[in-house]
Amino acid sequence: MIRVEGLTRSFGAIRAIDGVGFEAGDGRITGLLGPNGAGKSTTLRILYTVLKPDAGSATVDGIDVVARPLDARRAIGVLPHAAGIYPQLTARENIAYFGELHGLAGPRLARRVDELVGELEMGGYAHRRARGFSQGERVKVALARALVHAPKNLLLDEPTNGLDVMATRALRAMILKLKAAGHCVLFSSHVMQEVAALCDDIVIIDHGHVVAAGTPRALQAQFSAATLEDAFVAAIGDARGLE
Amino acid sequence: MNAVIRIVMLKELRESLRDRRTLLTSLVLGPVFAPLFFILVLKLALARSVAAQEEAVPVTVANAAAAPNFVQALREAGLEVTLKDGDDAGIRGWIADSDGLVVVSVPANFGERFASGEPAPILLYADGADSQAERHAARVQQAIASYASSIAALRLQARGIAPTVAQPVVVDTVDVSTPSARATLLLGMLSYVILLVTLLGGLYLAIDATAGERERGSLEALLTVPAAREHLIWGKIAASAAMMALALALVTLSIAAALRFVPLETFGMSANFGPGVAWRVFLAVVPFALVGAALLTVVASFTKSYKEAQSWLGVVMLVPTVPIAIAGVLEVEPRAPLMLVPSLSQHLVIQALMRGDALPGSWVALSVAGTLALGLLLAWLAGNLYRREAILGG
Repeated sequence: MIRVEGLTRSFGAIRAIDGVGFEAGDGRITGLLGPNGAGKSTTLRILYTVLKPDAGSATVDGIDVVARPLDARRAIGVLPHAAGIYPQLTARENIAYFGELHGLAGPRLARRVDELVGELEMGGYAHRRARGFSQGERVKVALARALVHAPKNLLLDEPTNGLDVMATRALRAMILKLKAAGHCVLFSSHVMQEVAALCDDIVIIDHGHVVAAGTPRALQAQFSAATLEDAFVAAIGDARGLE
Repeated sequence: MNAVIRIVMLKELRESLRDRRTLLTSLVLGPVFAPLFFILVLKLALARSVAAQEEAVPVTVANAAAAPNFVQALREAGLEVTLKDGDDAGIRGWIADSDGLVVVSVPANFGERFASGEPAPILLYADGADSQAERHAARVQQAIASYASSIAALRLQARGIAPTVAQPVVVDTVDVSTPSARATLLLGMLSYVILLVTLLGGLYLAIDATAGERERGSLEALLTVPAAREHLIWGKIAASAAMMALALALVTLSIAAALRFVPLETFGMSANFGPGVAWRVFLAVVPFALVGAALLTVVASFTKSYKEAQSWLGVVMLVPTVPIAIAGVLEVEPRAPLMLVPSLSQHLVIQALMRGDALPGSWVALSVAGTLALGLLLAWLAGNLYRREAILGG
């Protein structure tokens, strides 16, 4: 469960987000949708504690991310925008390294890595060094790394960027599986179709403001749009018209 | 040790030891080639200084007929004498035509003046702008002076006077440098080699773990683990320091091994670099690994990319050689306050160990303490840098 209220953050004179607020529930997939530069990454970065907000609050399972960043990090799994992995380590070692940093060790860690290798179908390359991995293989390793401590909440920043069709499908399947297991999944995207295909809730963000939020059906109704895409365009157009 | 520091350190080491190229530049190139290169230079330098002493000096004597005994004396002094006749203009022509030529011209009145006991003139022609000719001329002058003084002695004796009367002062130079001290002068460069190879050992790991991690895009994920950021960076510094310690051990061993193949003894020098000294050199320099690793990590943390880090660290690598160079120019002797200067203190300890002098234990302790203090300060600084948001870059 992620709750964000009045989140504001500036970089110099540029206000990246201004009063962003939304909720992402457990067992649901929430999509943070918006054009490039809308403030999606800034919002997620504050949630995963590498940035601090100027104002507003954000909690993960009731834990304030500013006041208790270490506890918040234990409660989340993160797939950042550029999810690089270590080329000289094997897929398993990449995952195990983050497991160790989360305090796992010994047979418990080995079992958890086995589990993830199985769930993400990485058996073919789990013992290979990551140097020559395809983009899809790398994303799977990065996702497994994010899940190694079995977090309840998952933050994914543009996870399908650069993935081919098969890898995208595999990732979607994984996200749906996490939802079914009761996880709270929050992911950002600027790709309409992806959000439409996956999300239970959509938060449309533009110029650092939340311009609309709700289920896909509710959004279509709100903007009297035939498709979600029309609703998106209408929401952003409305917001820009108001400025 | 904190678990996070240990986990990060072991992971960074594992990655570095797996990368063949990093391994080659960090642990093989320096420890293997630096001493070899150094010893090659040393051998060439020694060979040249020996050759210079044994070099046969050619000299052309013009109008030698007037002074046969003189010519004989020059030959006995080891000069390569060529006889040729010519006047002043002719001699100038020979010198202009041939590099390094020295000509001694015997004037026609030489024999007459010599026989009557008056100073007999000799003309020595050499091109003062030609360094080889100048060197040769000095040898010829030496030979002439020695001939002249032996004639003087004979003349005094013939008149019943002891030749020593004409020698009111005798200079005898006493060389008090021990063979080891003389070698140290030549081997002084070794502390440069040792410190630079040590730094090189951890250079790539320092770059890879900071600028490299950011450039690959794994830094952001790493910062989301529940660990204090300074522990993450301290783990990276510890890994770089461990690589430096490894490089230091290897280079000390390779120098100790290589010095066995330099015939220093034949030049009256002995290199004091046995297993005992090698071990002590390692112990004296190993605290410097912390300074090096922390310094390189701090600088690499400021850079935006792997390439930028590489070019910066190339310059930073030379920083530790500055105190040594300044001390070398000023010819400083080891003193207690100097032992607080990292790199310089290691240099002084290495020098003393090779010379066979014992430095006071408290001085060595100062060197270790001063070096560790700077290392910890830099590590603390790196920790602060990593707490800033800007460390993510972009």
